[in-house]
Amino acid sequence: MEQDPKARLLNRRAILRSAAAGAALAGGSSLTAAAGNPDNLPPNNPDWSKSLGAGVDARPYGKPSPHEGDVVRRHVDWLTASTESSINFTPLHELDGIITPNGVCFERHHSGVAEIDPADHRLMINGLVDKPLIFTMQDLKRFPRTNKIYFLECAANSGMEWRGAQMNGCQFTHGMVHCVMYTGVLLKHVLGEAGIKTAAKWLMAEGGDAAGMNRSIPFEKALDDCLIAFAMNGEALRPEQGYPLRLVVPGWEGVMWVKWLRRLEVGDQPWHTREETSKYTDLMADGTARRFTWEMDCKSVITNPSPQAPITHGKGFTIISGLAWSGRGTIDRVDVTLDGGKNWHPARIDGPSLPLALHRFYYEFQWDGSPLLLQSRAIDSAGLVQPTKTELRAVRGTNSIYHNNGIQTWHVLRTGEVENVEVS
Amino acid sequence: MSRSPSAAAVLLAGLLVVAPAGAGDFGLGRQATPEEIAGWDIDVRPDGQGLPDGKGSVAMGETIFADKCASCHGDFAEGVGRWPVLAGGHGTLKNPRPVKTVGSYWPYLSTLFDFIARAKPFGDAKSLKSDEVYAITAFLLHMNDIVDADFELTRQNFTSIRLPNEAQFTDDPRPDTPGLDEGTPCMKDCKVNVEITMRARALNVTPAASE
Ligand code: HEC
Repeated sequence: MEQDPKARLLNRRAILRSAAAGAALAGGSSLTAAAGNPDNLPPNNPDWSKSLGAGVDARPYGKPSPHEGDVVRRHVDWLTASTESSINFTPLHELDGIITPNGVCFERHHSGVAEIDPADHRLMINGLVDKPLIFTMQDLKRFPRTNKIYFLECAANSGMEWRGAQMNGCQFTHGMVHCVMYTGVLLKHVLGEAGIKTAAKWLMAEGGDAAGMNRSIPFEKALDDCLIAFAMNGEALRPEQGYPLRLVVPGWEGVMWVKWLRRLEVGDQPWHTREETSKYTDLMADGTARRFTWEMDCKSVITNPSPQAPITHGKGFTIISGLAWSGRGTIDRVDVTLDGGKNWHPARIDGPSLPLALHRFYYEFQWDGSPLLLQSRAIDSAGLVQPTKTELRAVRGTNSIYHNNGIQTWHVLRTGEVENVEVS
Repeated sequence: MSRSPSAAAVLLAGLLVVAPAGAGDFGLGRQATPEEIAGWDIDVRPDGQGLPDGKGSVAMGETIFADKCASCHGDFAEGVGRWPVLAGGHGTLKNPRPVKTVGSYWPYLSTLFDFIARAKPFGDAKSLKSDEVYAITAFLLHMNDIVDADFELTRQNFTSIRLPNEAQFTDDPRPDTPGLDEGTPCMKDCKVNVEITMRARALNVTPAASE
């Protein structure tokens, strides 16, 4: 963070002073002074309007303005024993639109980030095929390409909220999701090259990292819309996202989107790997566990305001902004409530509405400065309605960890500060 | 018998203007050799497919585990600090804090063999010999009270071992929450009272802005 730390501290102090006594600011608040430096304001001319700026190539690979230093992934230290087998979170409260910038897409690794020279990367196909094959990266880029925008959500997104409101920030409650445009080739084209035997029913995808992450995928899905991707948002995949090759399994839980993809095995039964038995199975209250819970259900969250992004302008015209998505299609509608669910108002979905992609919604209103209980509720094209947390717990209990798509409540105080709460 | 020509043709229809016939339509990639496949194809299934030749005893596994695993997982697989617990937890799956281990939760033994061979030890993956993986697997079975101390796990007896929680796994029944077919969601005067029942702030476990 290149912003002057003293200035930031002062800004925070000013905001804290104006905030309700005793209320703590949540992680990653991006509070900037609304006042600014008078020397730079009219009628004065600031330095940047007088002297030359940096020339071209000063930053051969461009980076965000230093004033955007708070727009970073963050992790929760107490959550995991090591950063190599861990997660961090997308700063959803700092972003807009539906595309997540590559550098802030959340990370989930099981044995750290594999650093791979693409010249040394190979994809092997074996198992129930006529002819086992090996592809180089160059080979793979010669298949017909396709560009698709998809969200990727970790099955454990919002997992810390199953037992109740826990994390004070939508980065932490909902930040295990991102949405980018992938460039890749259809998995079925690549599989077709090996010649699939009639007994084929399952595909195992395996990563080239030290975890050798492996998951079983039903063959119908593999032949339907899965991609082998080598680019995201127009550039090569980031190492954290599986450079040079990852699987894309649209609408399905993120752990199946194997990164650093190095092998595909065709089989007639599922493998029941560690990541589909010990983990990524949903434990119910009666002690049974659901396996192969693939689709990510209809979900939404208000990203602004939220605990890390309070309302700093006081009462008046106010914009509520958020994200909605479903692993079963597009989002047909998002409703917003200001009073904890007594009355709901249709929000405005803006920007592309693409299947299995994030949708951006807005709700604009005149805030009178009184406390608010904000919620959003998404309805998808499959006719599924985002459930309340109470509805969800009634069917699944609180030990499930995964697939929490319950409605989130933010409590907006008179000061504009926001906290994560649950309501009756 | 291969279904590739017809399957490939169906798959490609509509996607390519000119759909070449048969497998190898694009003529890309080269044949993988048996040695190449053997080096990477290490996955193991519940029915035993993929198991390598080999064997290992509980006693041998205890020694290797103490050397290569216990620093994180504990001498008895009980877990050190926040590192994963690998044994115990029987009968806790309905508790508010269930302890999910190989013995209390995992459905299949093959998963353990597959995972250890590909990912363990953490930081030195794919370094264990097949006999060592059999031995550690046998030791973890013993720590979970599934086999006796004198047990030896082999390729031959592997599938005879069943884990106690296998039958507790069910297929995904979702959707399991109301959809539009159960009525359109209420828009006006849906509730009389709304009370705050819980605050994340009270827990105070969210990282501070500077972290
Ligand atoms: C440096 C610490 C460390 C060492 C040493 C280590 N592990 Fe692990 N182990 C971990 C971590 C971290 C995980 C969780 C990995 C993940 O999230 O993917 C784990 C997970 C496991 C699991 C799966 C647990 C579950 O419930 O899903 C097994 C089984 C396991 N280890 C066995 C072993 C064995 C056997 C060895 C020795 C050969 C070993 N570990 C050595 C850190 C370690």
